Amino acid sequence: MSELLLIVTIDGERVALPAAAVESVVELDTLIPVPRAAAHVAGLSALRSRVLTVIDCMRSLELGDTDCSDGIREAAVVELEGHHYALIVDLVEDVVEALSDPLPVRAAMGSGWERASQGMVETESGPLLLIDVAALIAGGEAKAAA
Amino acid sequence: MDDLIADFVAECREMLEALGGEIVAWEAQPDDRARLDSIFRFVHTVKGNCGFFDFPRLEALSHAAEDALADVRANRRHADPVLVSAVLAIIDRIGEMVSTIEAGEELPAGDDSALIHALEPGAEGAAAPVAVAVMDGTIKSSAAPRTIRLSVELLDRVMSTVSDMVLARNELARRLRESTSDVPIDGAFERLSSIIAEMRDAITRTRMQRIENLFVGLPRMVRDLCAELGKQVLVDIEGGDVELDREMIEMIRDPLTHIIRNAVDHGIEKPADRLKAGKREIGLLAVSARQSGNQILIDIQDDGRGIDGMKLVEKAIANGVIAKDNAAQLSHRDQLALIFEAGLSTAKEVTAISGRGVGMDVVRSNIERIGGIVEVDSKVGDGTRMTLRVPLTLTIIPALTVSIAGQHFAIPRSAIEEIVRANGESVTLEHLGGAGVATIRGRRVPEVSLASILGLESQIAEQDRTLIVLRPAGGDVYALSVDRIHDHEELVVKPAAPAVMATGLYAGTTLADDGSPILLMDPAGIAEVGGVRLEAQERASRIVEAPVAAIEEDVAVLLFHGLDGGRRAMRLAVVDRIEEVPATAIRPGAGQLRVQIGDAILPLAGVNGDLPAEKVRLFRLNDGTCEIGYAFREVIDLSAIAHEVIPAEHPAEVSAVSLVAGEPAELVDPHWLFATLLTAAERTPEQPVCRLPAGDPWMQNMLRPMVEAAGYRVVSETDEFEVDLAILSAATESPRSPAARVIRLRSEPDPASAKDDTIYRYDRAALLTALKSSATGRR
Repeated sequence: MSELLLIVTIDGERVALPAAAVESVVELDTLIPVPRAAAHVAGLSALRSRVLTVIDCMRSLELGDTDCSDGIREAAVVELEGHHYALIVDLVEDVVEALSDPLPVRAAMGSGWERASQGMVETESGPLLLIDVAALIAGGEAKAAA
Repeated sequence: MDDLIADFVAECREMLEALGGEIVAWEAQPDDRARLDSIFRFVHTVKGNCGFFDFPRLEALSHAAEDALADVRANRRHADPVLVSAVLAIIDRIGEMVSTIEAGEELPAGDDSALIHALEPGAEGAAAPVAVAVMDGTIKSSAAPRTIRLSVELLDRVMSTVSDMVLARNELARRLRESTSDVPIDGAFERLSSIIAEMRDAITRTRMQRIENLFVGLPRMVRDLCAELGKQVLVDIEGGDVELDREMIEMIRDPLTHIIRNAVDHGIEKPADRLKAGKREIGLLAVSARQSGNQILIDIQDDGRGIDGMKLVEKAIANGVIAKDNAAQLSHRDQLALIFEAGLSTAKEVTAISGRGVGMDVVRSNIERIGGIVEVDSKVGDGTRMTLRVPLTLTIIPALTVSIAGQHFAIPRSAIEEIVRANGESVTLEHLGGAGVATIRGRRVPEVSLASILGLESQIAEQDRTLIVLRPAGGDVYALSVDRIHDHEELVVKPAAPAVMATGLYAGTTLADDGSPILLMDPAGIAEVGGVRLEAQERASRIVEAPVAAIEEDVAVLLFHGLDGGRRAMRLAVVDRIEEVPATAIRPGAGQLRVQIGDAILPLAGVNGDLPAEKVRLFRLNDGTCEIGYAFREVIDLSAIAHEVIPAEHPAEVSAVSLVAGEPAELVDPHWLFATLLTAAERTPEQPVCRLPAGDPWMQNMLRPMVEAAGYRVVSETDEFEVDLAILSAATESPRSPAARVIRLRSEPDPASAKDDTIYRYDRAALLTALKSSATGRR
């Protein structure tokens, strides 16, 4: 079991993203809002000549709004079906190795977490929730509609 | 080994693609040695490679086909339709197997003996009908261009790097402007800039592909359709060398296929019916592509039964697409356009080929999605012509940047009709039950506020905003109010993420010069979200508009100051152009003032004040046969007469006064000028008149000077009187308006057939002779 995980903090909780999906970690400064788009789409930003669609992870997980007023935000850049997304997180910590396959969490989680998680993985720094990037990008509303 | 197999697969692919058209052409002309050879070469190559790679099934197939073709080559056998079908079937099977190999899968065990058996002389096969393909020009066979194969991903990466480079350059340019300027640095930067621009051009071109790639499969497809339907169709393909963005070609593949299927299935009649209608047994399907400005035009024309506009209307009424009262007022064009409405198909019965209800409405929406237009023209009994107009490339779109509440958006320029200020003179803005209605020069258009659609707070009062009059592809006009207009830019547009596209408002994203993202609006989407009813409105408003437009049309005037300082207006239609001549060119002669312009001496009017000492500016007025000059001091503006016209008491140079742009101006009477200044004796001998298509840049830029030098006056298609000569490209059908003589130009040096009376467009001597003989023939 050698899958690498990127540990990030969302809403104060440490969770793991599959490191292979993450292209880079950037600091976003400009954020262009997209009027009338789904609530979890925080806006657009540019990384070199690429347009990033910025996803507010807290809103996607139905945890409330990320406070974007203080300017620079940390974000993980991922690619999904040819489009690049930046996932806004509180903090990017470290890359660790997964020590187990994802296991189901048998306790009740928040509905947002329930939807976006792939289970619990053991790491050197304890059990972490593994997040499904695609579910994070799809957000809560798309799910409700489907 | 894997590399070798990959090479083999790629080679097979390439040959298969090129072969599709060849094999059908070969069927039409079994004696055509060159085509037979190229098919033979293919099966031979496959056979050779298969032995090496150990693909026994492929080997057996290609071996059998090779044997049969070798017999034909040695004249031991004749290439009949049965044989061609059998060879086609084998080539198809080879194609399938190559795909399997490409996917890295094991070839499944299978039985190909039926296919091989079908090759044998006298084998029973479906009696294949004749489908003939005529490729344009000569088929380029040998002398392969020097090329290498590159993966598309690599090209895309280079493209995006170049885009990065352009952005970096823009950033650098801004920094340089801010800092103190240093000549050597500026010079070096200029050089870098031009190199980057050149590189961007070159890399853009690598994305271009000849449209041939799209056309090459058509003869085969038509042939198979004919076999299924028992029809005979001759496919004529032209303009395969037109280049189009690679992505674009993919986007128009399905619509084009659909239109051609329709043409063969519904358009072209069965051979017996054709004979009954007095047509040739074999139907003609002409597919041609050409470039016009930054658009590509693809024409698909058949000589089948045509579309019955009245039937469409009946059906549309039955389906509730249009109301009965409106139906009577539709023009022929509008009737035909109904074919693009969802759920309308004139076919009596649904066939396997087309007419499954997913019809022309899907074709239209697909073409419109890439910023194109579909047009239809048809005459019952004579055939149908479909024209696809698509932009050259998907990625670079000229756009207008606007802002709402400080945020920038882009609007594709192709949809913009005009831009007016909401508080402008001829614009009023009203609200009826919450809906905005703008009246722009007497025309009422629905008004939508971009700020309210986007849910943004605009800081600018409604009457201070700017209205952009938009006409989305296929829809009717509406006005969009925005806070501010910024700039015209050529934007590199990329598709936006699904979550953004889901709003239905945006067509993509792009980056501004400073590297910040901008959303590109979709005009049709805005209309939909804004609740503007496009289709219904389109017809209704046109009917109401027509008489109004007719009145408006002839009041465009050029407002100017005369030499005496008077404020005058000249009807724009009579002004040919504005000239500037040295004062010495004006002198009295034969009883009146005359001006020399080039080789012509024209009577001069308007000299009611002192002539300027050096340069005199004058209008060159034209009544269709003669010209006169009219001197003036300066042009104020283009304007329109919107107020009452008060006529003068006696006929004179000034026929009336009216308010133009808020102040009184004298209207110059061109009729009086011509009547007074020209006596019958001095009318210049009437020039022969030649009509050139207005929209064809080659004709206008290259040909026109030559035609004019030969003594012709050039008019465009909008003047419908009879002309002495009309010049057309060989691809267009007969001229729309009468002409005493027609010259057709073709773009290939060699004539398509012996009785082809077209002239090669760079054959200067033949052109001049034709021009001269038409000019003298009329006198």
